[in-house]
Amino acid sequence: MSNLLDLLVAGLATGAIYALVAVGFTLLWQTSQTINFAQGEFVMLPAFLMLAVMHAGAPFWLAIILGILLSLLLLGLGFKLLLVDPMLRHGVLPLAIATMALAIGMKEAVKQFFSAEASPFPSIVPAGDVWILGRVVSLQSLGVLALAIAVVIGLTALLNRTSIGHQMQATAQNPTVARIIGVPVERMILLTFLINAFLVALASLLITPIYLAKFSSGEVLGQAAFIAAIVGGFNQVRGAIAGGLLIGVVDNLAAAYVSTQYRAAVPLILLIVIILFRPQGLLGRPEERTV
Amino acid sequence: MRSGIFAGLLLVTVSAATAFAQGAPIKLADVAELSGGGATVGNNWKNGIDLAIEEINAKGGVLGRKLEVTHADSQSNPGVARAQVQKALDNEPYVLLGPGYSGSVKVTSPLAAEAGITQIMGGEAAELTQGGNKFLFRTSFGQQSSMPKVAKYINDELKAKSAAIVWVNNDFGKGGRDVITKEFAKYNIKVAADLSTEAGQADFAADVSKIKAAAPDAVFVYLNEEESARILKELKRQAVAVPLVGETTLVGQKVVELAGDAANGARGHVGLTTDAPVDLVKAFREKFVKKYNYVPDHNGLKGYLAIYMVKATTEKMGKVDPKKFADTLHGLTIKAASEPGILMDVTFDEKGDIDRQGFLVEIVEGKQVVKQVLPKLN
Repeated sequence: MSNLLDLLVAGLATGAIYALVAVGFTLLWQTSQTINFAQGEFVMLPAFLMLAVMHAGAPFWLAIILGILLSLLLLGLGFKLLLVDPMLRHGVLPLAIATMALAIGMKEAVKQFFSAEASPFPSIVPAGDVWILGRVVSLQSLGVLALAIAVVIGLTALLNRTSIGHQMQATAQNPTVARIIGVPVERMILLTFLINAFLVALASLLITPIYLAKFSSGEVLGQAAFIAAIVGGFNQVRGAIAGGLLIGVVDNLAAAYVSTQYRAAVPLILLIVIILFRPQGLLGRPEERTV
Repeated sequence: MRSGIFAGLLLVTVSAATAFAQGAPIKLADVAELSGGGATVGNNWKNGIDLAIEEINAKGGVLGRKLEVTHADSQSNPGVARAQVQKALDNEPYVLLGPGYSGSVKVTSPLAAEAGITQIMGGEAAELTQGGNKFLFRTSFGQQSSMPKVAKYINDELKAKSAAIVWVNNDFGKGGRDVITKEFAKYNIKVAADLSTEAGQADFAADVSKIKAAAPDAVFVYLNEEESARILKELKRQAVAVPLVGETTLVGQKVVELAGDAANGARGHVGLTTDAPVDLVKAFREKFVKKYNYVPDHNGLKGYLAIYMVKATTEKMGKVDPKKFADTLHGLTIKAASEPGILMDVTFDEKGDIDRQGFLVEIVEGKQVVKQVLPKLN
């Protein structure tokens, strides 16, 4: 039982990070039909941007701020203007393939200009333990979980309780009608790209102290978040959140109670079951398209 | 005018003769893990090689000939390593250097043996030198030499009655796990948990939870450097307080750098360490840090020693003969007094394994502290 509590806390902490990344998947899909297969590498890059700033002599807090700003510029604005806009007019598939190419390019560039070796990365949550239900629980796990949940709640509030959020949802649901009623659709789409860039930068900040900064660290994250988004529901932010948490917990429980070797297969089996029996995802809504 | 032409011809002839006497460069080929999961291993190895070659060439080379090396990247992938080694062998190198990963050595060593080219590698899996390959040589201890010392330490010093084994599921990890399990059996140390992990694994939360549930007296960690750092962090995060014991890959410089405070208290047997209380090793460390601006791990030492093995063996033969190289190195003892680049006295046996002094170390405040020197056997 006590072991289960450890696994749940660790799984939820990792799952919360998956959720942040998965939310980005759903946001981009809803507003611009973009499936970003470089999303994992988007999580990898901000850590290196922050490291580069620190190597230039800046303190960690300044590196975080500059890293997030650079991420907004490169992974939000730059990604939309330089890759999504020119490719989207050719259809979803060419764009998806272009993001795969982007993922390779980003990995190789980091390897080339930074290092192929892993680098340590400081944690924003201090080391230490707290006692919960008679068990020692790491402060870092709790901090990561709390911060990720706070961001998710903030994002949900933005989408549901503010005018900008309503405009973004209108853009996602029907951009033509949204444009007719005066919603600045282009600006809303850009905003979702910027929000995605912010989320991946934050995920990078939280996960890199655990996974270490390495050019290849986005591969696992990207795959887990993609599965989480589909399992939860690709067209619902709340679905991506639930999917992320579920995958984090399932992955940890599978490693502990099934097999470490087959742990990676369990989320995939879950994915297949969801596709077969509830293709819209756990919390997603069915979509119908005519051809 | 005629005397001027004659003098010119004479000068050209003398220069050509001198060049011929010095000979063309001795070509070496290195295939290492320059990217991928083993990048730490491969880059340290490569830098050690380059440093040694620079030193030797600055002093006139080997038998008057300069050393020249080409580096190829195996991407830490045995399939790529095999292709790169085949490509390197096609250029007929004097000696093949690397790879560092045991799995890559396993698939490449038959190629080098077939070509009759000596391979000096960094792999530590016990089985590598057990197959009768006469062209394969280690630069460090194999698991069959190091694991008995680790098990003895866990039994004699830690008085552990049970231990968890965490190993990486590749040739290196499985080889180590098999040997240490046999050694534990000799001391009646119960294996409380036997955990296989994957190369490149990022999340060790579940593995550490299993260790906690098994409540062992000690944990034996046998992973590659980056994964070692990750599990050390997770062990600290989950407040595992029992002794953590391993081999070089648990207490190396890179692990300490990556794991930070979490590495403190980790102990292990190391065949090579730049913190060894040996003057020549200290001098090597200073030269390496001066050139590359970081402290090398044992792989840097391995690469450096590989080149000095080439130098000492070639000078022993008195000629550059790739076919006789392996025969000469078998049974050879190289003394640091006559070849300082070899750093410590070393003997190579008929299998290509080495005999040299080793060390038991502990990480204290982010630094390797040598607790015990284990002398050379013969």
